[in-house]
Amino acid sequence: MMQASMLERREFVRRLLIERGDLLVIAGLGSATYDVAAAGDHALNFYLWGAMGGTAMIGLGLALAQPARRIAVITGDGDMLMGLGSLATIGVKEPKNLAIVVLDNGSYGETGMQPSHTQAGIDLAAVARACRFPAARAVSRIEEADEIRALLHAGDGPIFVSARISREETPRVLPLRDGHGIKQRFMTALAALNPA
Amino acid sequence: MPSQNTLDTSWPDTIHAHFRRVGVRQVGYVPDAGHSRLIALCRDDPNIADVVLTTEEEGVGLVAGAALGGERAALLMQSSGVGNCINMFSLLRNCGFAGLVVVTMRGEFGEFNPWQVPMGTITEDALRLCGFLTYRIESPADVDEIVGAGCDMAFDGDLLVAILLSQRLIGRKLWTR
Repeated sequence: MMQASMLERREFVRRLLIERGDLLVIAGLGSATYDVAAAGDHALNFYLWGAMGGTAMIGLGLALAQPARRIAVITGDGDMLMGLGSLATIGVKEPKNLAIVVLDNGSYGETGMQPSHTQAGIDLAAVARACRFPAARAVSRIEEADEIRALLHAGDGPIFVSARISREETPRVLPLRDGHGIKQRFMTALAALNPA
Repeated sequence: MPSQNTLDTSWPDTIHAHFRRVGVRQVGYVPDAGHSRLIALCRDDPNIADVVLTTEEEGVGLVAGAALGGERAALLMQSSGVGNCINMFSLLRNCGFAGLVVVTMRGEFGEFNPWQVPMGTITEDALRLCGFLTYRIESPADVDEIVGAGCDMAFDGDLLVAILLSQRLIGRKLWTR
């Protein structure tokens, strides 16, 4: 299953983040953090190295605090599955400025590519639709990246995209790991965007 | 139960007033009988976004995201919810986010349900192991001072502060068949 045509994760994320402007990005632990870093380190990236299951909720807190800005959560299927209830929580609040992109390879990449629930056919986009993400969808063609990128910047949220990526392993690209440093850099850059 | 009738029930208003004073803008919670009045006050407050959670650990992410966006957030939970948060609390500690958690205690004084006891009896120790300063309130007379100090320590000092509202304060849960 899911083998026919699938996305190369680095190229897909790179295309999502082209000319990103003021997009605020929360990257889930593991490969999603490496993918976001590989697309170009940016002060408005908040990289996670732990807190598995919490990525989408960080996006919600940020979306509520910054309603005039666009927030993109980019994470993996394992992280999303661990925080599945957060889709229901976000659905209750319906933040218009929040998008969640799950890089779904059906596998736990950091621990040896063991199969995740999505590999067994559990459908994250269908879960998201049931949680009031109106246009939740799955994508598997690189040509769709530009459309998803446009959604991140101007789509009516909450947005959910399950990106079917291939299972091939990519080289690690390791960004900042100091939590205080990542936080402070992000907050300083955001404060510079927001006139006092 | 005459003790129920003599309970001072204004403490949630005091906590809410401190949330307002220090500018708490987001409050995450799982519905809870002990916190019901405070939750209602937060829901009715146009300055506070109330976020009802499916599990308490979601609230830890919420707090971090709010802080990244420049807002202060507080969490309300029952002692059982503390156990749900333990790994997620590492997010706050690793990044130096302020954390304010107000915990209604179960599994102690007057508890009718033994299933609440194992977590209730380790709640304060667990919070300390997670890096929280803990302050326990037994009497309504102490709510103003301790919650006020806790709010200031958390948000002015970027510290993790947990305020434990004892079962004697909130009133033992009535057991009805």
